[in-house]
Amino acid sequence: MFRRVRYLFVKELTQALRDKSMRITLIVPPILQLIIFGYAANLDVQHIRTAVRDLDQSVQSRDLIGRFGSSRYFDIVSFPQTPEDVKDLIDRRQVTLAIEIPSDFSRKLKKGDTATVQIIVDGTDSNTALIALGYAGQILSTYSTAVLVKRLNQAGAVGFQEAGVDIKSRTWFNPNLESRLFYVPAVIALVAFLIPIILTSQAVVREREIGTLEQIMVTPIRSWELVVGKTAPFALVGILDMIGIALIGVFWFGVPPRGNPLVLFLGAALFLISSVAIGLFISTISSTQQQAQISTFFFTMPAVNLSGFAFPIESMPQWVQYLTYANPLRYFLVIIRGVFLKGIGLDILWPQMVALAVLGGAMILMSSLRFRKRLR
Amino acid sequence: MKLSRTWAISKKELFHIYRDRRSLALVILMPAFLMLLFGYATTIDVKKVPMGALDRDRTQESLFFIQRFSASPYFSLRTFVQNEKEMTRLIDEGRVKMGLILPWDFSETIKAGNMASVQILVDGTDSNTANIILGYVQAVARQYTQEKTFEKVARLGTGHLQLPVEGRTRVWFNEDLESKNYFIPGLIAVIMSIIGVLLTGQVIVREWEKGTMELLISTPVQKGELMIGKLLPYFFLGLLDLSLAVCMAKWIFQVPLRGSVVLLFLLSSVYILTALALGMIISTVARTQLFANQMSMIIGFLPSFLLSGFTFSISNMPSWLQIITYTVAPRYYVTIVKEIFLKGVGFSFLWRETLVLSGMAAAGLWVVTLKFKKELR
Repeated sequence: MFRRVRYLFVKELTQALRDKSMRITLIVPPILQLIIFGYAANLDVQHIRTAVRDLDQSVQSRDLIGRFGSSRYFDIVSFPQTPEDVKDLIDRRQVTLAIEIPSDFSRKLKKGDTATVQIIVDGTDSNTALIALGYAGQILSTYSTAVLVKRLNQAGAVGFQEAGVDIKSRTWFNPNLESRLFYVPAVIALVAFLIPIILTSQAVVREREIGTLEQIMVTPIRSWELVVGKTAPFALVGILDMIGIALIGVFWFGVPPRGNPLVLFLGAALFLISSVAIGLFISTISSTQQQAQISTFFFTMPAVNLSGFAFPIESMPQWVQYLTYANPLRYFLVIIRGVFLKGIGLDILWPQMVALAVLGGAMILMSSLRFRKRLR
Repeated sequence: MKLSRTWAISKKELFHIYRDRRSLALVILMPAFLMLLFGYATTIDVKKVPMGALDRDRTQESLFFIQRFSASPYFSLRTFVQNEKEMTRLIDEGRVKMGLILPWDFSETIKAGNMASVQILVDGTDSNTANIILGYVQAVARQYTQEKTFEKVARLGTGHLQLPVEGRTRVWFNEDLESKNYFIPGLIAVIMSIIGVLLTGQVIVREWEKGTMELLISTPVQKGELMIGKLLPYFFLGLLDLSLAVCMAKWIFQVPLRGSVVLLFLLSSVYILTALALGMIISTVARTQLFANQMSMIIGFLPSFLLSGFTFSISNMPSWLQIITYTVAPRYYVTIVKEIFLKGVGFSFLWRETLVLSGMAAAGLWVVTLKFKKELR
């Protein structure tokens, strides 16, 4: 009995790895994603290219501009003369933000009036624009309060200080806010998700396409043995590929493995059940390898994007949030990020483990039943 | 070069497309599917960040301060905790991403006109969200400080004081700062890349695999005629997809289309040619359709998604990667679509991108004609 499964196991592995496109799939996309997510996936906004149009040219206006220039968020790159120049700079994407200081700036400050400063931002990239505006607002209000305090001190209220709150923030798990620490574990999870799906679905459909599935059916192999033999090898390849990518993540990208690797392996094992089950399911709805490829794309594309991989789940509409509960990748991402970055264990991750076990069990059962039905 | 022979090849290709219903459905459904997925479901906006509060002061003033966060669309107050240990646990579990800790003397300090020290714990796992959270927190704190300082000034009775400096902000091109207005034009570009490469990735290799290439070789059809005849139907399919995507963007997602539609379609045509040429190269090099598909996914999909500036801005990448993005055709097209949609700029602003894309298309087609040999292999 185990002999039959073992033979099938070896045959499947040989067949899958002999295929050049499969070997490429195992290596190239994960490495590419590691590089991009390890180096490029940075939404942090710094060095915003800024233009300044200073109509006042006073000590005060230069002081304010200096505050922008010396912060790490703004790089002052241009001093346009006319409003048309400002418009042109933004249109040509030379600058993202423009500051206009009116000619009465210092006069109003001296008189004790409110001086206005015009901030123009290119809103095309809403995320960058929003963050840039936030930083600009902070610099302005800090400056404003400083001027106020100075005025009061001059007006006789010596020793006056501002009142309010002082924020002391502490960032946990990723103190330097490096985006690679967030994305690299997710790429590792992605490998454990995609590779078994692609390999399993292709393996079954390939045999159906070239007609060898019928040959297997006339052998004494039982259908559950066939299911195991058709899925287990790819779960193994998936986990090996995942370990390889994880090692690159740890040693090249410096993602700290803070937690217990055994917890991660338990999570991965439970997660792989869902992955191969999805692969098996796709094989039952496709009759050619190309159809399987396309179905895989349609299935994994939403699954990856609705998992919290790159887009935060809390920001999605409520009904989409409910959908994500049926997504095994969602739970595995919590586990892998939790183990890598937070160093947490089963005492906290058990709900995710249970969810993966239940989902995986239900999926493999459903897919196997469908698979058996299609065999007959 | 004869038009009739080119047309014959095109007609044959059209029959292929029409008969292969599943691929046809794919071509029509894929843009709609991707638009709906990215238009509705996903956003990089940070909204409703789950937060917890530890209020050691429990006064009107402290509650008032906490409400500044919970009443904003950016935070969603999940729970009040009793001690720091509980907060740690909530952050470990990922149930809150931000913790606000007010000291026991919060209201006393504020009333005395001093600076109260407030502690913020942020789960830095998701660095982007954490960054935005920290920005919001600072903004709320600055605003609060300004108000309290003015109240203190009023109490001093040194007369009426004006706010010294006020910022007036104007946002251009995307006034409400909605991320969909940024995302969807970029998405159109990504869709066109995928469709273009996926479509033509098949055309040559299929003939080899099915054995019909030998038949084609034995006909008097010339290399150029074969290439153009095969490209044409897909070129029009690409335009069809583009129309579909643009209509969805304009009417379903209400993205402002400020520029000229004619210019958008003209420049898109150049890009479709570039993408089709890339697909053709894959198709001439690949030996099996399966392999061609796999390559289309890797070459067509990943770079257009990740290196085009669609999700992650290129200026944030390390410079060696920025240099690589110059070789990625979608990069130029993403710029073109975004600029025409949101800024409504004319050709004088986009000629560089168009020039690069035209060059890439020409180079691609040249490589195809070099690689493709009208003889048995």
